[in-house]
Amino acid sequence: MSDTLLEIKDLKVHFPIRSKNLFGGVTKYVKAVDGVSFYIEKGETLGLVGESGSGKTTVGRSILRAIEPTAGKVTFNVDDETFDLSQLTDKEMRGFREHMQLIFQDPYSSLNPRMTVRDIIAEPLIAQKLATGDEVDERVREAAALCKLNLEFLRRFPHAFSGGQRQRIGIARALVSRPQFIVCDESVSALDVSIQAEILNLLMDLQAEFGFTYLFIAHDLSVVAHISKRVAVMYLGQLVELAPTKDLFYAPKHPYTEALMSAIPEVNPDQEMNPVHLDGEIPSPINPPSGCRFHTRCPYTQDNCKTDIPKWEEIEDNHFVACHFAKTLTLKGAEMPTSVDAN
Amino acid sequence: MTPTDLSPKETQAPINQMESEEAQRYYSATQFQLIWWRFRKHRLAQVGAIILITMAVIGLFAEFFGPYTGTTRVSDAVLVRPQAPQFCNDDGCTLRPFIPGVISERNPETLRMETKIDPSVRRDIYFFVEGEEYKLLGKFKTNIHFFGLKEGSIHLFGTDSLGRDIFSRVLLATRTSLSIGIFGVVIAFVLALVIGGVAGYFGGGLDYAIQRLTEIVRVIPVIPLYMGLAAAFPKEWSSTQVYFAMTLVLALVGWPTLARRIRGKLLSLRGEDYVIAANLAGAGPSRIIGRHLLPAFMSYIIVDLVISFPFMLLSETALSFVGLGLRPPTVSWGVLLQDAQTVRAIEQAPWLFIPAIFVVVAVLSFTVLGDGLRDAADPYQVSG
Repeated sequence: MSDTLLEIKDLKVHFPIRSKNLFGGVTKYVKAVDGVSFYIEKGETLGLVGESGSGKTTVGRSILRAIEPTAGKVTFNVDDETFDLSQLTDKEMRGFREHMQLIFQDPYSSLNPRMTVRDIIAEPLIAQKLATGDEVDERVREAAALCKLNLEFLRRFPHAFSGGQRQRIGIARALVSRPQFIVCDESVSALDVSIQAEILNLLMDLQAEFGFTYLFIAHDLSVVAHISKRVAVMYLGQLVELAPTKDLFYAPKHPYTEALMSAIPEVNPDQEMNPVHLDGEIPSPINPPSGCRFHTRCPYTQDNCKTDIPKWEEIEDNHFVACHFAKTLTLKGAEMPTSVDAN
Repeated sequence: MTPTDLSPKETQAPINQMESEEAQRYYSATQFQLIWWRFRKHRLAQVGAIILITMAVIGLFAEFFGPYTGTTRVSDAVLVRPQAPQFCNDDGCTLRPFIPGVISERNPETLRMETKIDPSVRRDIYFFVEGEEYKLLGKFKTNIHFFGLKEGSIHLFGTDSLGRDIFSRVLLATRTSLSIGIFGVVIAFVLALVIGGVAGYFGGGLDYAIQRLTEIVRVIPVIPLYMGLAAAFPKEWSSTQVYFAMTLVLALVGWPTLARRIRGKLLSLRGEDYVIAANLAGAGPSRIIGRHLLPAFMSYIIVDLVISFPFMLLSETALSFVGLGLRPPTVSWGVLLQDAQTVRAIEQAPWLFIPAIFVVVAVLSFTVLGDGLRDAADPYQVSG
């Protein structure tokens, strides 16, 4: 795979919990991410889905080293040279920041209210000294124009803008350093639906024009389906399934994916929904269940699920899954959208 | 990325173009402009600010505004009542203010010196008159006072039992008390900023150790601590040494609260998305602190400082009042109030309490100013 841009291997992020008593040390760990491996090819979009608390955001941020990974390798390919990002010092890492950026979920808290839009977008250029003088302004205007921001508003402060516009500012900041890889961390979920579509289309246009590679983290499956080439499903800090979007949506191999797909709301209100009900809450990542982590809620659970950890296998071409019965179960995917058109 | 045509027409205008000029101004206002606009709506706080600025100016030029130095004794004017300037007497009115003359005589029954007003004598008040020599701001030798008499003496707030002019002394005390408050707050603030800043920015074990230390300082009862520290001042120290020692004492007691607030603010700011964004943009620690963290809590710091002033003022006054703080010949509000401790003072010379009015006014002014600043401080908060 020569055109792999980023590969993560057995990534682990554990957060220590200190005990409450005065002299207590670290007794437990929240295993937010516990052994995740995948690769992303140049120019593709990998969707990453999962419910709240499954560790999606932590994966995205630990790739960028906004959170320090506990273990694992993150190899990043720049100009045909590969670097292990997890081994770099903070200072060395700063040199890589221009190649990788993050688009935040919350367009309100991610922009410093005390800086003008121009200064916000220019931050990566100035902080890494990528440009000086007039070139800064030129590149800021270029990035703002690409994100369809009115250039007259660059002097303004973020509080003058609505959520969608603020998200465009965030995107302009992410692409001003001309990165190769962008993590979109729930980047549209704080916006309303019509704005979501605008932002998604903007992201896709930018990808078509500049060949960006996205890791698109979301919990909204239809959004992920719209933008991603391949999708990975996370459950309790681990990947349960990874496949090309269509395969994953219409022919899931993991019971958890099936449950997720059955929960996609129908466009047609008359269509009856029969979501697969999962009992209970997502278990605590402090004491994850033994064996297959999903066995406590899986409708197809068997005895060996409680003791044996399922292997991460490629059961079809490019279709990875971690389930003992991936080959035997027949699972139902999402409804084909054609049925809606027929109505 | 290829350069694109950047003419504004080509780009969509996401904001409604029909905006009033006021909105335009609001949208491109800096933080301090916004704070200022909001502060201007707070009338009471402005009054407080004006009073404090006046006090500061008067205190700075105390020798100029007061007709006498703090230690001048007028032996025939002991415990003179406050004298209000007049424009009229039995002979008619004039534009020049004056005070009636004062006769000092011994009461034949009580054998006490008493002062009486002699309405037949008229002593005109002149402005920018020559009087006692002093050094303005400690440098420029001059003898011009803002007002004074050509003969006799004027005591707007009366005199004390030694015949010293209380008005002049109150002005000098204003300087001492305000400056001790300022130094106290500044030292406490620097301590708090360093200690709280280190704890908040680096976190971890260092934070833990600093927090325990702060707790220890905070649980020490304040009055015994003051007393112990003040009692430790050697008697032979000069008044200047005692003055600086006092500022240190106040600061050493005052820093933990401020340090905790700075730490808390830093901790919460460190996790803010925009700080993470700056980190991901490749900004180093100095840029993150200077560009993102400091501006974000500057407004809180200013408010905190203003609010901690009254505490310093009151501590100084209280300590000096009970004789643990500054000592004569230094004059501060607390030192002046020492004279008003006796029953005799309350009965015979209630004007010795006038410095207390200054304490109350100053503390109230700081409080309303702090209140107004706090309301104005965070212009990005959605306010009702």
